[in-house]
Amino acid sequence: MLNSTLSELAGALARRSISSVELTRLCLERIARLNGALNAFITVDAERSLREAGAADERRAAGRAGSLTGIPLAHKDIYCTRGMLTTCGSRMLANFVSPYDAHVVERFAAAGTVLLGKTNMDEFAMGSSNETSHFGPAKNPWDTARVPGGSSGGSAAAVAARLAPAATGTDTGGSIRQPAAFTGVCGLKPTYGVVSRYGLIAFASSLDQGGPIAKSAEDLALLMNVMGGHDARDSTSLERAAEDYTRELKAPLAGLRIGLPREYFGAGIAPAVLARVREAIAWFEARGARLVELELPNSRLAVPVYYVIAPAEASSNLSRFDGVRYGHRTRDYADLADMYCRTRAEGFGAEVKRRILIGTYVLSHGYYDAYYLQAQKVRRLIARDFAEAFGRCELIMGPTAPSTAFALGANRDDPVQMYLNDIFTIPAPLAGLPALSIPCGFDAAGLPVGLQLTGNHFTEARLLGAAHRYQQETDWHRRVPAATPL
Amino acid sequence: MPLSPDEIQRLARLARLAVSPEEGEAVRAQLNRVLGLIDEMRAVDTAGVEPMSHAVASAPGAGQRLRADEVTEPDRHAEYQALAPAVERGLYLVPKVIE
Repeated sequence: MLNSTLSELAGALARRSISSVELTRLCLERIARLNGALNAFITVDAERSLREAGAADERRAAGRAGSLTGIPLAHKDIYCTRGMLTTCGSRMLANFVSPYDAHVVERFAAAGTVLLGKTNMDEFAMGSSNETSHFGPAKNPWDTARVPGGSSGGSAAAVAARLAPAATGTDTGGSIRQPAAFTGVCGLKPTYGVVSRYGLIAFASSLDQGGPIAKSAEDLALLMNVMGGHDARDSTSLERAAEDYTRELKAPLAGLRIGLPREYFGAGIAPAVLARVREAIAWFEARGARLVELELPNSRLAVPVYYVIAPAEASSNLSRFDGVRYGHRTRDYADLADMYCRTRAEGFGAEVKRRILIGTYVLSHGYYDAYYLQAQKVRRLIARDFAEAFGRCELIMGPTAPSTAFALGANRDDPVQMYLNDIFTIPAPLAGLPALSIPCGFDAAGLPVGLQLTGNHFTEARLLGAAHRYQQETDWHRRVPAATPL
Repeated sequence: MPLSPDEIQRLARLARLAVSPEEGEAVRAQLNRVLGLIDEMRAVDTAGVEPMSHAVASAPGAGQRLRADEVTEPDRHAEYQALAPAVERGLYLVPKVIE
C-alpha cells in the first residue's frame, strides 16, 4: 500500500479495501518510526490527521467523495495552514500559526485530502540542500549522510521514504526539481501563474511557483488537477480555463521532437549522471522521438542573473519581518531601529541574511541599473533562447542537477559552489516555463539520477505525458531506499 | 569592485540587520564571492532589450490586474493581533519613536 500510486490508492479507497483512517494511520506510524532519522517533517499533528481522515471516510460513505478524497499528503512548511505551525524553516516564524489557509491548502482540503503535517525546508526556501533550515537538515533516505536537496527537501525525502504518498513543494530556482532528482521521486514546477501564490510565504515573487512532488508523473497530473487554476487573490495568477493535466498521458511519442541543448551536456557534469540521462534519451529515441541538437547560448548567465533577481525580490519581501505584527521579536533593544536590527539578526540565519544584503546592494542607489535592470534584460535574452528552441522541438531534456546528492556539509562554507548546483534548474523559472524531474537510474553509489523535461508555457500535460510513457516501461520510480524498507 | 567593511555596515543598516564587526569579515568575503559570480552578467550587451519583469507576459490575463475597489475583507483584527509580540487596545506596540 505504501508504494502505491495515487490512482491505485484512490482505487483502493473507492473499493473500500482500505479506509482513509487506516491509510492515514499507516503513514503516521511510518512517520513516527522513520522521521527521527530523516527529519523530513517539522510538524505532525496525528490527531488532526485522523480527524480529517474520519471526515473523508464519512464523505465517501455519503457518496460525495472526489477522486483524491481520503488520500493523505504533506505540505511544505511554506504554505500557510490555519491552526497549525507554518515556520518556513525559520526561527523568525518558529511560533507562527497562520490565521488563514493558502489557496493550495484550501483546494486540497476541499478535495478531501488528509494533511499529514508540514515538511522541512531550507529557511525561506533559500538553499539547495535543506541545511539552512532552523530545524536542522532533512536527510536523504538513500544515504542519510547526504542532503535530500532543497529547498523542498523535506517533501522530497518524505515521498522517497514513503512517509507520505505525495507532497507539495515550491520552486524558485529548482526547489522542487533538484530535491526530486536527489531523492529519486518526481516533481513538477508549473508555468509561472498557473498555481496561486496566495498564502505561500514569498521569497522571489517573479519566480516562486508551487507544484507537486510524488512517486509518478501520473500522480503529479492528478495533484495538478487540484492545485492549478485561477485565483483572484494572487494578482499574478493567470485567468485560464481549468485544465485536465492527465489528458495527454496516453499521447504517443512517435514524432515528438526532443531538444538537447549543448550547454546541458558539457563539462562539470558527473559521468554517471550524464550516462543515465543519455540512456533515458535513447529510450525515447527508440520509441520514435526525434532528437534535435540545439543551443541556449545565454543559459550560462542564468545563475548570475538569478542571484541578482531572487535576492533583490527577497530583500523586499522579507522586509515584512520586523518583530511588530507577527514572528520573533528580540528581548532587549534600545529603540525602534535597534529592535528591527536585532530582531532580524536573531530571526534570520546566515544564508537568508546574505541574500537580503545582496538584494539590498543590487537595489541600492546608483546600482539599480547596473544590476537589477541589467539582470531583467539578460533574463529576457534567456527567455528568447527558449522561445527560439521551442520553434524546433516540443520539449527539452537534460540532467536535473550536475551531480547526485552530495554529502551534508560539503558546500557549507562556499555559497557560490552551492549556487552552481542549480545551473540546470534556474533557466526554466527565469523564462516562466514548466519543467519536471523524474528518476532515470542510479550512480555507482546507489544514488538516484534525475532527468529534467522542460516545455513551452502551458505544456505541463505534454511533459507529464512523455514522463508517464517512460514510467510505463521503467521502474526507477518504484524503487524504495534500502534504509526505509516497506 | 569588492565591498569594503564600511559598505557592509551601510548595507546592514539599510536592510535593518545587525551585523557585528566579528561576523562582518566573513559576510564581506562571502558577499564579494557572490558579487564576483554576478559580475559575469554585467558585461553582456543589452542595448535595446526590454527588461523582463513578468515571466509569462504574453499570456492572457498576465500583468498586474486591478480589482474593483470594494471592501472584501471582514474585520479580523483580534485574530491577527493575537499573533503580535505586543498589542494594547487594538494597537501594535513598538518602542517610543517621538519624545
